Amino acid sequence: MMRLELVKRTQKSRLMSVLSPVIAVALTVVFAGIIFAAQGHSPLTGIWYFFLEPITSLWGVEQLITKATPLVIIALGLSVCYLSNNWNIGAEGQLTIGAIAGSILPILFPDFVSPVVLPLMLLMAMAGGALFALIPAKLKTIFGTNEILTSLMLVYCSNLFLDWMVRGPWRSPQGYNFPITIDFHEWAVLNAVDVGGIYINLSAPIALLLVIVLAVVMRSTLKGFEIRVLGQSPRAGSFAGFSNRRMTAFAFALSGALAGLAGMMVVMSEIGKLQPVISPGYGFTAIIVAFLGRLNPVGILIAGLVIASSYLGGEAIQTSLQMSSKLATVIQGVLLFFVLAADTLILYKVRLVTAREGEGAHA
Amino acid sequence: MLEAIILTIITAATPLLLAAIGELVVEKSGVLNLGVEGMMVMGAVAGFAVTISTGSPLLGIVGGAIAGMLVSLIFAFVTLTLVANQVASGLALTLFGLGLSGLMGESFVGQPGIKLQSLDVPGLTSLPFVGKILFGQDILVYLSFAAVFAVSWFLNRTRAGLILRAVGDNHTSAHALGYSVIGVRYLAVIFGGAMAGLGGAYLSVAYTPLWVENMTAGRGWIALALVVFASWMPWRAAIGAYLFGAVTVLQFHAQALGLGFPSQFLAMLPYLATVIVLVAISGNRRATLFNTPASLGKSFVPDR
Repeated sequence: MMRLELVKRTQKSRLMSVLSPVIAVALTVVFAGIIFAAQGHSPLTGIWYFFLEPITSLWGVEQLITKATPLVIIALGLSVCYLSNNWNIGAEGQLTIGAIAGSILPILFPDFVSPVVLPLMLLMAMAGGALFALIPAKLKTIFGTNEILTSLMLVYCSNLFLDWMVRGPWRSPQGYNFPITIDFHEWAVLNAVDVGGIYINLSAPIALLLVIVLAVVMRSTLKGFEIRVLGQSPRAGSFAGFSNRRMTAFAFALSGALAGLAGMMVVMSEIGKLQPVISPGYGFTAIIVAFLGRLNPVGILIAGLVIASSYLGGEAIQTSLQMSSKLATVIQGVLLFFVLAADTLILYKVRLVTAREGEGAHA
Repeated sequence: MLEAIILTIITAATPLLLAAIGELVVEKSGVLNLGVEGMMVMGAVAGFAVTISTGSPLLGIVGGAIAGMLVSLIFAFVTLTLVANQVASGLALTLFGLGLSGLMGESFVGQPGIKLQSLDVPGLTSLPFVGKILFGQDILVYLSFAAVFAVSWFLNRTRAGLILRAVGDNHTSAHALGYSVIGVRYLAVIFGGAMAGLGGAYLSVAYTPLWVENMTAGRGWIALALVVFASWMPWRAAIGAYLFGAVTVLQFHAQALGLGFPSQFLAMLPYLATVIVLVAISGNRRATLFNTPASLGKSFVPDR
């Protein structure tokens, strides 16, 4: 009998903190290779098409940035939640409500065409997402209700609400009865500009800016310290005068605002109106991004690009190898498992022991 | 009319009850597996696949249970052997299950399934009113009833159940007494996987004999909420499941009657009801704290 035995390290392994996501990605690539082989393709060809081919063209890089941007923005907010022990898994709903709140201006006031509409929409989307995220936060702090379940239940409600809006009160009269709203006017969309051959819009630099801001806040401000202390030891935090309740509200409001912002910018750059489905599950995939990035802003930026490439990889294997693009979601799930498993190496040494050796250790 | 309503409530409640009873045992052993949705949806796709390839819904159910067990083993390995964070691993299991089932089920979309037949008792099933309700159900409905009694008896009346509760309440003491904490938890997680798989298979083999992507539609999460609602007591989980079944059915009937409510708002009812019930239950903190397994969600590393 062989079994795994964990031996606690005396302190966190710095090497493994950096190495564990790399190990996880490597194992995922191996896993993907096995899947490709099982489907009768050469593993190397499959890995090439899935992980690398999409980013060999400028258009691919453009797509990568487009997909990574909302993931990074949402995951930044989620990382603050998870670090402070607030389990917000309803970012998808906060994204939806944020996008609806921000769309009030171009849909209800289509004649209000002015440059101020653009920043107003983004602010309203952030407010909408934050307020919606405060529902599970307040239920947690006032009643002690489990925030995991409430935040998730609200995702279903928000998606149904969007569905009702675009089929009911907000349906475009010129839309031939399709469930869509009117097209947004020129100041309510984000136009892409040519930057060295790739077209990017305002959302990508905003994501980058947010990464930098959060990195600074987490590293060298009291707020960052407060977030980490309350996450690791609420008791120690309360001795330091930090309030758990206020942190829960703060973390949820921040992540809700960022999810709303991300949702609004996706709508403004890619769709230009509201429709029943506005996100391919960015709010859920961002959970993977947050963990793959080790809840660290710079890590999340890298992780966002990695996960975004798997979306493109899914499309690439569909066209090149006639495989299902749904493989991408499977690979994302597997990657999260590997990330969580590899994190064990930071705190523990893993030894493979035979039963006899194990008995020897007891004696 | 009333008979028909009760029948539909039972069908709506059964998948929730199966999954909730499984998760209840898992949580009693001190493990929080948030991957119920993922295990259920795997059970649904496997149940459908086995049913149409063998022609036997019964084998389909078995296939669903096995699929649930297999994916629960991944969770068990990552959280119990490698002591990874249970909340995050449960989310991973859900995302993985939703992805893999979508991939596996792609070729089944739009194919007709085979419906699980009810087990009729000659003579009794034709009784007025109670006949169909009590004696005209399929095997999974009876199994869900049996599971409530069996789990209740197991947890409260057997030595093994006592050990499982001990592991869930104080894993350090249970370990010191010589019980295998990890072993007990593995078994509990696998049982939970099988029950969630059965619940999923019920959806694709008995409820609507079809495969639709994401067909569990949050039922796994509602099952998790039911465990909290039930304060970890099997019979209360049954009451909760039937209440939720009733809310779901109420929503369909209200839609059919066309009371002027947009259908989307009616479709929100089960989810809103979950939130309301969770809030109501958490208001009663003393009862919740008393029943919550004390080691719930905490990893255990044996000191050697």
